[in-house]
Amino acid sequence: MSTYPLLSLAIWIPIVAGLVVLTTGGDRNAPLARMLALIGSIAAFMVTIPLWTNFDIANGGMQFVELKTWIPRFNINYHLGVDGISMLFVVLNAFITIIVVAAGWEVIEQKVAQYNAAFLIMSGLMNGIFTSLDGVLFYVFFEASLIPLYLIIGVWGGPNRVYAAFKFFLYTLFGSLLFLLALMYLFIQSGGSFSILEWHKLPIALGPQIWLFLAFLIAFAVKVPMWPVHTWLPDAHVEAPTGGSIVLAAIALKLGAYGFLRFSLPIAPDASHELSSLVIALSLIAVVYIGFVALVQEDMKKLVAYSSIAHMGFVTLGFFMFSAMGIEGALVQMVSHGFVSGAMFFCIGVMYDRVHSRQIADYGGVVNKMPKFAALFMLFTMANAGLPATSGFVGEFMVILGAVKFNFWVAFAAASSMVIGAAYSLWMYKRVIFGDVANHHVEELSDINKREFAILAVLAIATLWMGVYPQPFTEVMHASVNDLLHHVAISKIQ
Amino acid sequence: MFDNFVVPNLLPAAPEIFLVVMALAILMIDLLVKDSRRTVTFALTQLTLIGCAAIQFATSTGEITYTFSNMFVDDLMSDLLKLFLYMTVVIVMFYSRAYIIDRESMNKGEYYVLALFATLGMMVMISANHFLTIYIGLELLSLSLYAMVAMNRDSVVSTEAAMKYFVLGALASGLLLYGMSMIYGATGTLEITGLAERLYGGGVNKTVMVFGLVFLVAGLAFKLGVVPFHMWIPDVYHGAPTSVTLFIGSAPKLAAFAIVMRLLVNGLITMAQDWQAMLVILAVLSMAIGNLAAIAQTNLKRMLAYSAISHMGFMLLGIVTGVVGGDARYALNAYSSAMFYVIAYVLMSAGTFGMILLMSRAGFEADELEDLKGLNKRSPWFAGIMLMLMFSMAGVPFFIGFFAKFSVLQAVVAADYMWLAIVAVLFSLIGAFYYLRVVKLMYFDAPVDETPLTAGMDMRILISANGLAVALLGIFPQVIMSLCAYALLRSL
Repeated sequence: MSTYPLLSLAIWIPIVAGLVVLTTGGDRNAPLARMLALIGSIAAFMVTIPLWTNFDIANGGMQFVELKTWIPRFNINYHLGVDGISMLFVVLNAFITIIVVAAGWEVIEQKVAQYNAAFLIMSGLMNGIFTSLDGVLFYVFFEASLIPLYLIIGVWGGPNRVYAAFKFFLYTLFGSLLFLLALMYLFIQSGGSFSILEWHKLPIALGPQIWLFLAFLIAFAVKVPMWPVHTWLPDAHVEAPTGGSIVLAAIALKLGAYGFLRFSLPIAPDASHELSSLVIALSLIAVVYIGFVALVQEDMKKLVAYSSIAHMGFVTLGFFMFSAMGIEGALVQMVSHGFVSGAMFFCIGVMYDRVHSRQIADYGGVVNKMPKFAALFMLFTMANAGLPATSGFVGEFMVILGAVKFNFWVAFAAASSMVIGAAYSLWMYKRVIFGDVANHHVEELSDINKREFAILAVLAIATLWMGVYPQPFTEVMHASVNDLLHHVAISKIQ
Repeated sequence: MFDNFVVPNLLPAAPEIFLVVMALAILMIDLLVKDSRRTVTFALTQLTLIGCAAIQFATSTGEITYTFSNMFVDDLMSDLLKLFLYMTVVIVMFYSRAYIIDRESMNKGEYYVLALFATLGMMVMISANHFLTIYIGLELLSLSLYAMVAMNRDSVVSTEAAMKYFVLGALASGLLLYGMSMIYGATGTLEITGLAERLYGGGVNKTVMVFGLVFLVAGLAFKLGVVPFHMWIPDVYHGAPTSVTLFIGSAPKLAAFAIVMRLLVNGLITMAQDWQAMLVILAVLSMAIGNLAAIAQTNLKRMLAYSAISHMGFMLLGIVTGVVGGDARYALNAYSSAMFYVIAYVLMSAGTFGMILLMSRAGFEADELEDLKGLNKRSPWFAGIMLMLMFSMAGVPFFIGFFAKFSVLQAVVAADYMWLAIVAVLFSLIGAFYYLRVVKLMYFDAPVDETPLTAGMDMRILISANGLAVALLGIFPQVIMSLCAYALLRSL
């Protein structure tokens, strides 16, 4: 099975499919463009399934490795591989791409080919980020993935899209440029290697480690996003079209968190220990303070955007407690958040397509007109609040368990967010869905069609499956997470 | 009387000689050609350039060969730069053809002949091993360019730009000459390799040398167009007919890079500490003012002019980091990264100005930023090409501009100039803003002007090839990178 370059296929199938979709040209060929995009995204998903089914769970190292020289002048290689940490995200990304293509099916009527192509290309680039084992290759994918999202927000976004697109691009570019300098520093220090795995073994003194860690922190904190550099996210989410929001929340936010595990912890373990209290503090602020911010939002998309920041706070919190429970919980939370936030944004998109408003105040009594939708939306709202038996619960619970062992007050603050999360999620749900029919817009609503139902049903199955039986997700992580922890526990200062 | 006369080895200068002969012949032939059949002149010009490339290939030995009493040198660096020069000029001539046909006063044989003479000037600059050779090449280039800028003689802005260019250019030449004379006074030689030997031998008056060096660097900075000697760039780029702007904005950068290498690295490497300190200031100022001023522009040509200033500043970083504390270990890495940067920049710059020409038509110059509005609606393909060019200029992967910035930055980091690297990336972040704005205009805004693009098929194909080259060389940058490194390894 591994004779096929599965990872290359996972990267290049969507990109090539995207280019093919582009060739269909104008909107006269829109049905063809949609169909090609769907076929491309399904094909790309198919090639990622063997990654999971053939994954060797006893092996904590890199699997499905591909290694070819790319730019020998600087010893840059086309080096791909996945371990238990990254594999699930490749699968998740390919899966979400299908959802996104389906979500824009009837909704996007202008520049259909370009829309679908942008998502497919971005999907391929993001698979590249998760699978790169070469610093420059990682960086190239990391930065190139900004281009499609910039276009998606700017072309198909809401009224304030230009501002949001610029803010998004420049914010993330700022972070990644310092990251680039860190990569070059490592290149010089390691005597001319861009291999991430070799950097993991490279001894570095504490001083440079701290600088490296800070450079990584800026790059990844912007991407996660962590408080206080999170302000681009609500803008980007609010202005992005539904598909853009889904990808942003489900995949793009995971890139930063993934970067912590691939770069910060293993390359600068001593600095990570040294500065862990800083990251934990920022994470707790995100969890608690941003939770309160979410509570007062009047725009549904903004609310879910802030709740994403709070959930990602859980993830960074889990990473920096340096326990298997914490890191695995955080990883589960990342995957779960991919399903749940994707579904939340899709639900909001469903209502927006009908009413053209995202204001909570413009709704009320939707359940009377859209019962099927209300039931499914209920499930995702509960998952967003972390209700047991949904995927949202598993990750948060594991992180909190890890936190209890780490420090009681950290655990206390983290656990309090379960309450806040329930508050903002359920309160929004109550105001939008329950009560009497609020106005004539709601009066005219029609329930979800087959396409929308299918998308939500698939996401609902994923959410429940992960909530009830998380074993297939967690078992692939164990070996890699243990290796990582073992690695991080050893000082690199010599 | 001529007993001692030895016929010099003409082979290293064979492309130059061929070009002179052909340029003079074309000047004659053009007298017999009617305005409507100017294609003949065009075709002959292109054939001449291709012929030069062929001769270059045939006569290149790969060794460093001096001729004309050491005034002229042929090495791999000059071979490579000249090949890119011919290629650039061929592309430029293709791009400008439709533009000058639409504008009567420019559709003259002189346009092509001047371009050929300018090319000759650049070739001489690239191969110069003597102060006088550099000066002759430089003046040949500059005088041809002054005339080309002024060619659209009914246009007030063009005439003004030509005037400004001429006056400031003459001043800069004066500075350069003054610097050269000081250095001659201190060392007693005008020959670059001889100069390096004298300096190495010691016993040269340092004060006079530094004095001369300041003027030399000022003159070079003017020709490169870096702050604070950049004033002419925006006006000339803006005022010149776009086809001439394209010419000025691309090929001469290669020649300017060459004379920087010849003068500072080949000749004055022992004074690297001194000129590096000057260039650092020029580089930082250029990146700062170039990028900040570009944001304020509403005219695309002016914006690209400031962008050119910032790019040249960035390129200088590669030259600045060659010698660290008297240690030249990283020199090859640094200089070849600067060379790669210049070549990448020329490719991008040619493509971008080519896009302006593509959108222009008879009686209409598409040189305002507004003219780009909604290009994606008018022509998705060319909007895509421009998108690639803009992201490449901004230094975003997978485009060649990224690896250009990458190679220079790694040289800066290797030389342990971390603060300089941080300054450079921060200013390229600011720079990203105005490139993004161009993309915004093309993709996010509705078109003001719905007229379909009228450019001919040859132009369309060439621009597309140019844009795709920017993308393809961004995915496979190795070839040009290692060519630069190899050429410099064999030449320094």
